[in-house]
Parts: sequence; C-alpha cells; structure tokens
Amino acid sequence: MAMKIGEGKFKDNVNKNLEDTFMRGAVAGAQERLRTRRLDAAEELGNWEEWRSHGEEIRKHVLDNLDYYLHELTENVQKRGGHVFFAETADEANAYVREVVNAKNGKKVVKAKSMVTEEIGLNQILEDEGCEVIETDLGEYILQLDEHDPPSHIVTPALHKNKEQIRDVFTEKLEYKLTSKPEELALHARKKLRQEFLTADIGITGCNFAIAESGSVGLVTNEGNAGLVSDLPKTQITVMGMERIVPTFEEFDVLVSLLTRSAVGQKLTSYITALSGPREEGDADGPEEFHLVIVDNGRSKILGTEFQSVLQCIRCAACINVCPVYRHIGGHSYNSIYPGPIGAVLTPLLGGYDDFKDLPYASTLCAACTDACPVKIPLHELLHKHRQVIVEREGRAPISEKLAMKAFGLGAASNPMYAAGSKMASAMMKPFTKNDRISNGPGPLKAWTEIREFPAPNKERFRDWFKEHEKGGGNQ
Amino acid sequence: MIHNRDSFLNNVAAQLGRSRNTSVKPERNWQFRPQDKTLTDKTPDELMTVFRDQCQLIHTELIETNGSKLADVLEATVNLYGGGPVSIWQDPRFIEFGLDGLINEAWPARNIEVNEWNAARGKKNVAEAERANVGITFSDITLAESGTVVLFSGAGKGRSISLLPHKYIAIIPKSTIVPRMTQAAQEISRRVQAGETIPSCINFITGPSNSADIEMNLVVGVHGPVKAAYIVIEDM
Repeated sequence: MAMKIGEGKFKDNVNKNLEDTFMRGAVAGAQERLRTRRLDAAEELGNWEEWRSHGEEIRKHVLDNLDYYLHELTENVQKRGGHVFFAETADEANAYVREVVNAKNGKKVVKAKSMVTEEIGLNQILEDEGCEVIETDLGEYILQLDEHDPPSHIVTPALHKNKEQIRDVFTEKLEYKLTSKPEELALHARKKLRQEFLTADIGITGCNFAIAESGSVGLVTNEGNAGLVSDLPKTQITVMGMERIVPTFEEFDVLVSLLTRSAVGQKLTSYITALSGPREEGDADGPEEFHLVIVDNGRSKILGTEFQSVLQCIRCAACINVCPVYRHIGGHSYNSIYPGPIGAVLTPLLGGYDDFKDLPYASTLCAACTDACPVKIPLHELLHKHRQVIVEREGRAPISEKLAMKAFGLGAASNPMYAAGSKMASAMMKPFTKNDRISNGPGPLKAWTEIREFPAPNKERFRDWFKEHEKGGGNQ
Repeated sequence: MIHNRDSFLNNVAAQLGRSRNTSVKPERNWQFRPQDKTLTDKTPDELMTVFRDQCQLIHTELIETNGSKLADVLEATVNLYGGGPVSIWQDPRFIEFGLDGLINEAWPARNIEVNEWNAARGKKNVAEAERANVGITFSDITLAESGTVVLFSGAGKGRSISLLPHKYIAIIPKSTIVPRMTQAAQEISRRVQAGETIPSCINFITGPSNSADIEMNLVVGVHGPVKAAYIVIEDM
C-alpha cells in the first residue's frame, strides 16, 4: 500500500461511505471521545495555549534549521555504531531496506506502526522479496489480516471495523474460536504476535521524534509493540520522515507531552522509548545492528513555500477528531493514508493535484482543525491556499464551480441578459425553494445543494427595490 | 556508514534559501517554557499525592511501604500475581534495600524460580524473561504527573524484564520522584552534554500495556505486561 489507497473518485467515495452507517456511527463516537479527552487533558494542564505556542516555536525552529539538526543527528547515530541512509524518494528508501533485509537473510519482519512506511509502500516491496511482514500494532494487524484493508485514521487505523467483523477475520485467518469481546480478541492477538516477535529476523519501526543531540529515536505506543520490535530481532531498521526531529531531550519532552494529550488525552502513553544505536557492549538484548532511513519523498519541495508549516505536524490526529467533514465521510473517502484536514493539506503536496485536487474542497473552512492543532498549523488557511493555487495557478477549479462561473460570466456580461436573468431567477427557482432555501437545486446548483443549502433569490430584485426606495416607498 | 547525506542536506538548505549549515549551532531562544512551571512548586509529599492520584488512572496498583516491610510487601505482591517464575535486574539496589534474603533464600526455599539478568548468559536471559510470570525492576527516575517509571538499560538491566513477563512490578525509591518528564529529560540531556554515553534504551513506562483499537474499547494487557504494580519505598 502506498499513500494512495484507492482509485475511486472522491465524490463516488463520499457517496459510498455516506451509506455506511456503522462507520459513520463509529467515527462520530470516536471523534467525540478523543476530542473530549484532549480537551480534558488540555484543561488539566492549565496553560495549554502556552504549551501550544512552545510546540509551535520548536517545530518552526527545527524546520528552519533542518539541515543542521539532521547532520547532528546522523553524526551521533554513527558515533553509536548505527548506519544511516538518506533517501530522496520512496524507491530509494525501499531499495535500501530491501538490501539490508536481504543481506541479513531476513525472512520474517515485525513492524511497529509507521505512517511513513505506509506512505512509501514498504511492506509490498518486502513481500515481493518473499518476506513475511507482520504489523504488530493491534489495529494495523487486524487490517493486514483482512486482506490489507487500508487505515481510516492515523492513530486508530481500524476505526471503521466493528468487533464482529474483527472476530470473523480472526476466525478465518487465525483459527480463532471465541467471541467478539475485545478482551478475548486482543488476548488471542497477543499470543499469536508474541511468537512472531520471538522468531522475527528484522524489526522495523517508524519514528515519532528523533533526538539530534544524542542520535536517538523516540517511539510512542500504548501496546508496547515498538519496545518488542526494537528489543528482540537482531536487526532494527527505523524509517523516519525527515522533519520528525527535535534538538534535545528537552524539546522531546514538550512534543511528546503535546502528542499524547492531543492524540488520546493521556499525560504519557504506556510506552515511550528512546533508543540510541544498537545494543551496547555487555547488553544481552536489543538489536545488534541499527539502520536509520531518513525519507524526503516530496517533503523538501514543501520547505521554503507557503505550505512549509504543514511539516510542523506531529501526527496526533487532533484535527481529524474535530473535523465535521471527516465525521461524515470517514477516512477512506480521502483515498490517502493521511485523511482529515491534515491529509487534505499534506496529500496533494506529496502526491500531486492530479490525484488529490478534490481534497482541499473537503472542508467547510470552519477552522476547528486549526484550533485543535497542538503545534498551531493554520490548517484551514492552508486548505484555502490550496484552493487558490488550484484555481489561479493551476487553472483547474472543480467543474461545477467552473460551469457556474462561466454561466454567471455570460449572464452578467451583457446588460439585457443580466436584467432578464435576475428578473427570472426567483420564479425559476420557485419549484426548488422551501422556506427561502434551496436544497435540491438544478444544473450548476446541483453539486452545491447536494451537500448544503443555497439561499433562494430574493423575490424582489435589488435594482427594483432601489428604484422604489428612491421614490420613497418600497420594501424596507 | 552515512549514505547520500551531502546531496540530501544541500538540497534541504537550498530549499530553505541558504547555504548549508553544519557547524554553527542554532540559537534556541524560546519565548515560552511552560514546562518550567508545571508542578515545580510541589513538595515531595505533594508530588506523592499527584503520583498516587495518577496511578488510579493508569490501571496500576500502588503500594507504599518503608524499609523494614519492603521484602514482605514484594513477596505478597508476587503471590497475589500468582508466584514465579520471577525475572529481576542485576541491580545493587536489591541488596541496598534489603531484598537479598527474599531473592536468594526465601523464594528458592518456596520453590519460586528467580532469574537474575546476567549479560554473560546472553540470550538465555530473554528466554527466562519470556517465561517469567513476574518481572521486577527498580525505577531510575519516577514522574509524578504521568505515573511513569523511567528505566535505563544496561549490562545488568535488560530491556526485556519490563516488557516480556506477564506482570510487572517496579520498586520506586521515593527519592526518585520528580514532577514530570521535564526533569528526566533535563537529566538525560545534561549527561549527553557532559559527553557521557547514555543507555541504548531509555524506557518511560506508564502502567500496563493497553490498546483501544477495537471499537475504542480499552483493553488492558496487549503486547507488554497485562498487570502492573508500583511499590514506593520511603527512603528520604
């Protein structure tokens, strides 16, 4: 799976997913819970706005000095005996990982949850080599067993599945014989995966934040799977997006504190692990070999542009959990592993407008995402900017908008046409109007009114009203 | 080995509109430092209260005791968890806090298998930890705000002991309790800046493992331990 998870058109996806009542209920419930937990955690801390401001200034500083910190990080990884590969493209990153796995004669790979390895489609590459690749995050494991169903949320990837569906997958794939109780399902997964951890040749992790001063990689989980992935196999490979880095442990503290509160409302998650290089002389566990793969894959093109602030993202999904559009259409509608507001900004930048130009329109620009973001990315402004770029620089406004503008342009260009059009508007729209709102409009209005109402034209034209008004009468 | 660094970082610098900087440490002039005021005005007893309250939220049993009773409390907790096998760190604090009698005499006399991490025995340590019913370590730094024990790995201090056994017990000298992650981060950073080699694995562990990946239902006990207990010992 790469970043793009489907071929369907955005609108078709939306229409399909709007019918999925379980998914919509699950998403609404999860949003409610995660949002409430985040707000409670923020309130408990007291000075949340100050924390956000500090998070923002740290992320900005890191991006402005990214070359320095990546240099420092990799010097320190090397000092600790680790290997580093800088990959400009997904292909380069995948080729390096494949090379390492082959050199180690790796047959079984256990993975901790990592968005960037999804983005570059690493699993497929390794499976093509004949490797068994096992996702160990419970949600990811469920999706992988279910014929690689794509994730629909970046923190709780299997959100769209109910426990009966999960039981059926386990029954079919894991000889599972118990009920759909989450405790029983999780215990079964624990037993199965424990054996995989113990027999894997290679462990692959993502990276929440690398720490430049010490060459460390910081991992955040609740399940403890990243700890096992980096404890038991002989070789560890960590793949990180090039912007996921902090200068020192002090900033690591701040960003982890923001991440865990914003993602799940916890002060810290159960396992936060800072790993520095391979095991040390005298250690009896931990990897004997450590590789860090630093991935660009389109990120550097965002640096220095009006979209740079999107790289401040720490992948907490707080914006997703407040988005009214995501709430209704669900994660899969976005066709990207990065859904919601952050996905609607990031995906077109990484994957291009050809495939993803609809996403910046999947927003009401209500700014709930911007308010929720713990590192103050102005998400709704970036979505608006995308629309400007799409219309002005790329000249590819959505077709309905283009047609409407064209029709308006024609009608407004000549005086008689405009006069006739505006006189007729009210009468023509009458069949579609209820309580002064149009909710089922014809022609160019259709696309608009399918998802929201349009105010009905005034019965009296402004020009007519104005004439009357000047005479001293009219409708005031 | 570092591959492709120059071309990669030259490109990053070019995108940022300047030449590459490898030598001048960027000034970090933060305007905000909220962490300096978070819980830093609390006395040790007040921090203990914060810690106690937090343990309620993280499904972790908290037992407070003093020097003379520690061995009894630890033994009772292990019994409550169903007995051995027990895996422990090789850590002088077990002797310092008077636990050598329990480990070397009382448990073996009661047929409770105890395995002490011993790097010289290599992979066997991991197999024992995997088989263990209870893993026991000391806490190196303890965070009141989040209810977290910070574990520094090392020769006698395998990572596996806190991860692989079915249940986990952390012994927490009260003197290790600090307000929050900030103080641990500052200590680690201080060591780095002083040129020390920090442990290859620093674990911040907050209660037992858990997941909410199935319909947002919290399940306690996924890959790591399914139960966790903290024993705080008065040492101040």
